[in-house]
Amino acid sequence: MKITMAHGSGGDSTSKLISGVFAKYFSNEYLDKFGDSSVVPGAAKIAMTTDSFVVKPVFFPGGDIGRLSVCGTVNDLLMSGAVPKYLTAGFILEEGLEVSDLEKIVESLQKTAEEAGVQIVTGDTKVVEKGTAESGLIINTSGVGIVPEGIEFGTDKLQTGDKIIVSGNMGDHHAAILGSRLGIENDIKSDAAPLTEMVSRLLESGIKIRAMRDVTRGGLGTVLNEFAESSEKEIRVEEELIPVSPAVRDFCGILGLDVLYMGNEGKMIVVVAPEDEDKAYEIIRGSKYGENAVCIGEVMGESDSPALVLRTEIGGLRKVGPLYGEGLPRIC
Amino acid sequence: MDKSQVLDFLRNYDGPEVRIMEICGSHTAAIAKSGIRSVLSPKIRMISGPGCPVCVTVTAYIDKLIDLAMYPGNIVVTFGDLIRVPGSVRSMAEAKADGAHIEMVYSPLDMLPMAEKDPDHIYIFAAVGFETTTPVYSMLLLNAEEKGLKNVKLLTSLKTMPEVVNWVSSGKVTGSDGREHPAVDGYIAPGHVCAVSGYRIFEETAEKFSVPFVASNFEATEILMAIYALIKLRGRGVVRNLYGNAVTREGNITAQERVDRFFVQGDCTWRGIGKIAGSAMYLRPEYEHFDVGSRGLDTDYETKGCHCAKIITGEEDSTACPLYRKVCTPENPKGACMVSQEGACFNRFVSGD
Amino acid sequence: MCVALPGEVIEVKGHTAIVDFSGNRVKAEAGLAEIVPGDRVLVHAGCIIQKLDNSEADIMEDLFREIEELNG
Repeated sequence: MKITMAHGSGGDSTSKLISGVFAKYFSNEYLDKFGDSSVVPGAAKIAMTTDSFVVKPVFFPGGDIGRLSVCGTVNDLLMSGAVPKYLTAGFILEEGLEVSDLEKIVESLQKTAEEAGVQIVTGDTKVVEKGTAESGLIINTSGVGIVPEGIEFGTDKLQTGDKIIVSGNMGDHHAAILGSRLGIENDIKSDAAPLTEMVSRLLESGIKIRAMRDVTRGGLGTVLNEFAESSEKEIRVEEELIPVSPAVRDFCGILGLDVLYMGNEGKMIVVVAPEDEDKAYEIIRGSKYGENAVCIGEVMGESDSPALVLRTEIGGLRKVGPLYGEGLPRIC
Repeated sequence: MDKSQVLDFLRNYDGPEVRIMEICGSHTAAIAKSGIRSVLSPKIRMISGPGCPVCVTVTAYIDKLIDLAMYPGNIVVTFGDLIRVPGSVRSMAEAKADGAHIEMVYSPLDMLPMAEKDPDHIYIFAAVGFETTTPVYSMLLLNAEEKGLKNVKLLTSLKTMPEVVNWVSSGKVTGSDGREHPAVDGYIAPGHVCAVSGYRIFEETAEKFSVPFVASNFEATEILMAIYALIKLRGRGVVRNLYGNAVTREGNITAQERVDRFFVQGDCTWRGIGKIAGSAMYLRPEYEHFDVGSRGLDTDYETKGCHCAKIITGEEDSTACPLYRKVCTPENPKGACMVSQEGACFNRFVSGD
Repeated sequence: MCVALPGEVIEVKGHTAIVDFSGNRVKAEAGLAEIVPGDRVLVHAGCIIQKLDNSEADIMEDLFREIEELNG
């Protein structure tokens, strides 16, 4: 069966789609009431975020748009120190989409939500004419998390000597998506993953976290530039320590792309006080999705022109700017 | 002499100022990426040459591509590199948003299945490049001929290296001592151009101007070796090869024959430099049916104040351009040297110089 | 203009070769060089532009000897 405009009419077809696909997977005490809105327990401080997901193809090596829609939003909540609790899920379906594909995506979304420890508490579906949403569907998720007392980190809190740890290999998601689009065969899989376990263990450990950030579009280069700018300090990174698999390294080589700007969907940077480096490193390495974590550099002194500086393999120093343009493959 | 000794030599060099040009844009990108400038003595100046095809393409070529892409029956196919280059009015990326038919691919050969599946449209490849890429277009045409495809066309802006390097070599600059010096004291020869055409193509210029060339690959340590060799060979008209597993004196003869079959040498205009005789390749008259008007694209509307021309010839440093960093940035590039990821200005900008 | 990477030929079918770059398999036009599986090649814009020479001739050493003699 394919999605038709009738599935978006609000009538019987819509109800059938909701009960047959969405309610089948998304079931919990709040959503099952089918209210116009869901009333959920809260706290003094909450974190909120929203993100829309457009990806082509919607099924890719290592994941799909459903998994991605949870990871992106949950990881954003985690990075502000919040415990993710509730998600909304808005679906914009293109006429002609196979319902069986939609079902696979919804199932994957629910499974990832369970893994991440969040509940889908409200949702929405609209159908648009064929040709409007090129990839077949677009998903928006908004997330709410509870912020515990005493969370006081941020990119402006970096101090000289702090250590910069990345949670794993760079570029897998970007290379998996681009590879399937360009027909380059490889075994690279997207790293799309919720980092709930890793972050909650870090927060529970009591170590001095200065800042956390997930490394998504724009890559390591763009994120660390933001760190430098908001802390007004130089960030120094050893090029040779940046973790990247040989397959992704060569993938970048073929297309003239820079690993520093490759996107990820299940990796983060955490900056910790120097005395906590070993402890943080052990926690991340011992957590799911953190087995390749490594300390790649440190925060240097105050700077009039704060920047990300890379020490290259020949011992040269190079300033790295944020990503400019779209990071297109090049042959030149 | 091992690698660390070479590095020490380059760090501490205190002889007369020496000007080394990397001709190829991929070398420019590799030098910026590996921070080579930061390990060289201030007496060694690296100059980015005219070997970035995007930087030397005139605006008339971009304008023509956009005109072709606006026509309902046409589809222009291009590498990602060209898409943001400003024409006289707009870039291909802007034209695409206005409905121009533009597709991006990784290889010119990717256009074959597109053209085969869709015989009602004319597929035009934006064929830019130097000696390295011209054989790839020959293979595109050979395949199109074999398959009998009538809807495969090229708009060419194909350039060759020896003539422009000759032109750069004839330039003079005033050194810090107030005396006149050759614009360039040594060239890192473009590794992949040499892989195809052989390093012999630079021998004439080397002899004529008593300037050394060293062919190198794109690894930072090899580039440092080439710089060292060039300083030591200064004043000698020789061509040497450090890219032994890919480069020979003769190059890839099959590739040269394939190019020769379809293309013939001609004159063309280089952005900011002007016309250089014999520095282009055009489709031969008997293959003109593949061409959609590549000759005579000489008009170049350069942004007022842009010093791209002086920069790619080594006459001036990016930082001397009045637009650099002030109004010309990677997000809002005014000149081609800032658009291209291989451009001299782009690489200086992102590496923070 | 010349991003090209060395890879290993794993299959040749007529004009086309499959070239491996650390696990990335790319289809490449093979009409410009005579190649067999196992050869190391340079691929530029989807086309093999040169076969890499496996001989370990140390050209670096030769050049450095020449330089030493010049300056010696």
